[in-house]
Parts: sequence; structure tokens; C-alpha cells
Amino acid sequence: MKMPSPPIPKFLRPSPPRPGRNGRDGRPNGGHMPAPPSTKEQASEAGASVVGWLDERSGMSPFLRGFLYRKVPKGTNWYYTFGSATMFAFLSQAVTGVFLAMYYEPDPTRAYESASHITNDVFLGELVRGMHKWGSSVMIILIFLHMGRTFVFGAYKYPRELNWIIGVVLLVLTLAMGLTGYLLPFDQRSFWATVVAVNINASGPVIGPYLADFLRAGAEFGGTTISRFYAIHMLLIPLLIAALIGAHLYLVAKLGTTAPPWLKAEKKELAKEEI
Amino acid sequence: MADTPSQNPDRKSGYTSDRGIAGAFEGETVTRRRFMEGTALAVGGVASAAFGLPALGFALGPMFEDTSSTRWQPVGPEDDFTDSDYVPRVINVAPDIGDAGKTTIYVRRFNKKMDKVIKGQDPQPYVAISTRCAHLGCPVAYKEAAQKFICPCHGGIYGVQGEVLGGPPVRPLDRFYTRVGNDGQVEIGDRFSLNSQLERFSPRDPSNHLDGLWQYLYPSRPTT
Repeated sequence: MKMPSPPIPKFLRPSPPRPGRNGRDGRPNGGHMPAPPSTKEQASEAGASVVGWLDERSGMSPFLRGFLYRKVPKGTNWYYTFGSATMFAFLSQAVTGVFLAMYYEPDPTRAYESASHITNDVFLGELVRGMHKWGSSVMIILIFLHMGRTFVFGAYKYPRELNWIIGVVLLVLTLAMGLTGYLLPFDQRSFWATVVAVNINASGPVIGPYLADFLRAGAEFGGTTISRFYAIHMLLIPLLIAALIGAHLYLVAKLGTTAPPWLKAEKKELAKEEI
Repeated sequence: MADTPSQNPDRKSGYTSDRGIAGAFEGETVTRRRFMEGTALAVGGVASAAFGLPALGFALGPMFEDTSSTRWQPVGPEDDFTDSDYVPRVINVAPDIGDAGKTTIYVRRFNKKMDKVIKGQDPQPYVAISTRCAHLGCPVAYKEAAQKFICPCHGGIYGVQGEVLGGPPVRPLDRFYTRVGNDGQVEIGDRFSLNSQLERFSPRDPSNHLDGLWQYLYPSRPTT
């Protein structure tokens, strides 16, 4: 199976061997014995053979080729990158979150101390915590830009309604990440903001009080509330988001993207003129 | 319906032949493929339920159990309190979590002239007002000069009885049960909620209405 050649600029590509010579090292092709491959050749061969080995056993390359080299409509522009920008914001949140979890302690008496320990003492802690904190806002902003692009370009229409629905679920899950993550620094602001947020949940008729008790793990903000929020924040919702991003991307690759509306309008104009 | 048992001696059951199951035994009504499909799905479902249901119950359990057992907390001798002014005291509503589990309450003695006695409800010897705002749970503060409880978050204002004077709160401030212990200490017990007539209800979350038909839309906890 032939792999697509990587898009390297021409001047970086290795030149083909000259006729009458055996290899790139320029040794003469003595007539009988081919020169042994150089280290460089062996290295590049090893890379190719590893990829070949994986591909032969997984059959990934047709899928990857279809996914990465799929055709996009004319007029595709920078606005189409908000979706992948959002995905990278999520990946950044996931990676920084995993490393913050190495120092953070989800315990009501320890949470604040461990969070300020991350900021003040841990090497690069301020940077990683800052990335996680500000990255959350960036992710929300990017989601809304992505959603706005989809809406304004009419990319939610048939047959892409399901992808819009998955996207809305992803938006809600991301907002839930914001809610559950806000408690974790456990300072005055995050504590009282979470009290208010849980009581807003309680204001729903019939199920509201049960929902609030579920979030708090009881009638009062208690010893396990923060670990409950932590588990939801770092395990439950990220897994759901990752799975739904997979479904979202699958549908994008399967259905393709839409052309910008102004190109569709041009087409209509042309069709009218022809009539 | 093509062939009946009388016409086709190979097929003994008309029921089986109706379904056109090739090579079926007498009385077979489901193909083996379908049977295996159903079995696999059922076994998978049972296996998922076996870990899923306990996990769900584990997460939802606190909704249905009494997580805050009654504890009577002394807040000072009887002489500390009058029937005209509120005295702030700090009690613990959630044990073992440090400052996050503490809350301020305002305590005064029951005042026969001022405080209403609700029929069928024994008056508490002391009035212990919770500072949890009935709007969304922010901490209210008692301003003595104005004789009002003021909430910093969204501007809820309550009178001396904890009744709503203005702002978004939907019912008066909660109170706590009180009693006088054997050693002469005033003791604070469980929380209870009040409607606008100051009638007593089991503790509800902030934002839950308790007047008229509203009280049925915000059920009390299964445990209280």
C-alpha cells in the first residue's frame, strides 16, 4: 500500500539517485555488488517499515487518507478553523488538567492550600494553572465563534442537523465543566458562586431540589461536595466530551463541509443567467 | 401459508412452516441466529446493569439519606440573649470541613409581644435566624441600625422576623430549632423553613417557594 508522500517543500526532498550510480552517497556501481545502504538510508527505511508494519495490520491508511486529504469546497477560509481551534483548546485543558491533578487535593480543608501551592511553589505551576484557568474561557469563546460560523453559513442544515445537536450537547458539557471547575480553587469567590449555582439548580420545580441534593451530596454543602465536583470535572464530563468530539469529527469527515453561502449565491445567479 | 402439514409430510408443524425457518425442529418459533442475538444482548444488558446500577445508586444515594443528623450545639448561656436584639453566633452545619462548614446565625429570645404563635406549632424558646438568603443562599448580614437583614449578592432585604421586605427572595429566612439545655446553655438544633405566614416547614433549599400551590412543586426531602 502506497502512503501519500508528506507535503515537504521541493528543496527539502531527497534528490533521486543519478543513473549509473548506486546510491545518494555517489559511490560507483561497480557492476556486481550494490553498495551497502548508508545509516541515513537505514534510518529512513526503518521509519517507513514501522509505518508499513502498522498499516498492514490495522488498515489505517485508507481511513487516514480519506480523513486528512478529503476534498473541501471552494471558498473554504479561516472561519472554518474555529472547530479545530476549539478541539485544541480542549486538548490543552485536558493536558494541563492532568498535570494540575498531580498537585491538587480535592479536600475541603486542603483544596485552597494545594491550589495556592501550585501557584506559588510548584515549578511552572503558575503558568500551567493560568493556562487551565484562562484556557477555559478561551474554549468557551471559541465554541461560540464556531457555533456562530456554523449558524451564519447555514452549515447546520440537512444533512448536518445531527452534528449541530452533538455540538449543542458539547457546548452544554463544556459549560458544566466551567461550573464544576469553578469550585475547585475553593476560595471565597468560588465557594459562594457554587452555592448560588447549586441553588439555581434547586429553583427548578419538582426535580430541582433533588438535583441540588445530588450536586451537594446532601442537604448542606458538605465534606464530599468538593470531591464530587472534582470527579465530575476530571472524569465524567471529559470522557463524554472526548467521545462526542469523536462522533462530531466522524460526521464532519463523512458529510464534508459546506461552501460559504456567498458561493452558493453565485451559483444560483449563474443558474438564473443560463435560463 | 403455502403448504399445510397435510400437503407436506416433511413439515410437521404448520406454525413452523408458516415462519419459513429452514431445518427447524418441531415447535421452533425463533431462528437460532435471532435467539443468539437476543441472548447476547440480554447477557450484555445484565452485565452492564450489574455494575451500572450500583454505581448509579452510589452517586444518587445522598439524595435519599439523612446526611445531617441532629446535633444540639450550645451557643452560650441564657443571659447572653435578650428579646429585643439579635446576637450573632457561629454554628457548624457540616462537620469536619473547617470554615466551609460553619455558618452565622442570629439569636434572640422569643418575644411574646412581637412574635406570632402559629396554631399547632409549639413556639421555640429562642428565635435563631439562619443567614442563608432564601434567594440563592448567599450570607445575609443583620444591620442593627436599620433592623434589617441585607443580602450582598442580589439585594434581598428582610425585616426583624426574617420576613421578606424587598428584593428577589421567595420566602422568609430559615430558622433553627432551639432549646435550653440542662446546664442553662441555649442549644441550636435542626434547620426549618417558613412560608410568608411564618408557618413551619421541613428545611427547603433557597429559591424554593412555600406559599399556596408552590409548596407542592418543591417537595420536602424524603428524609425530613
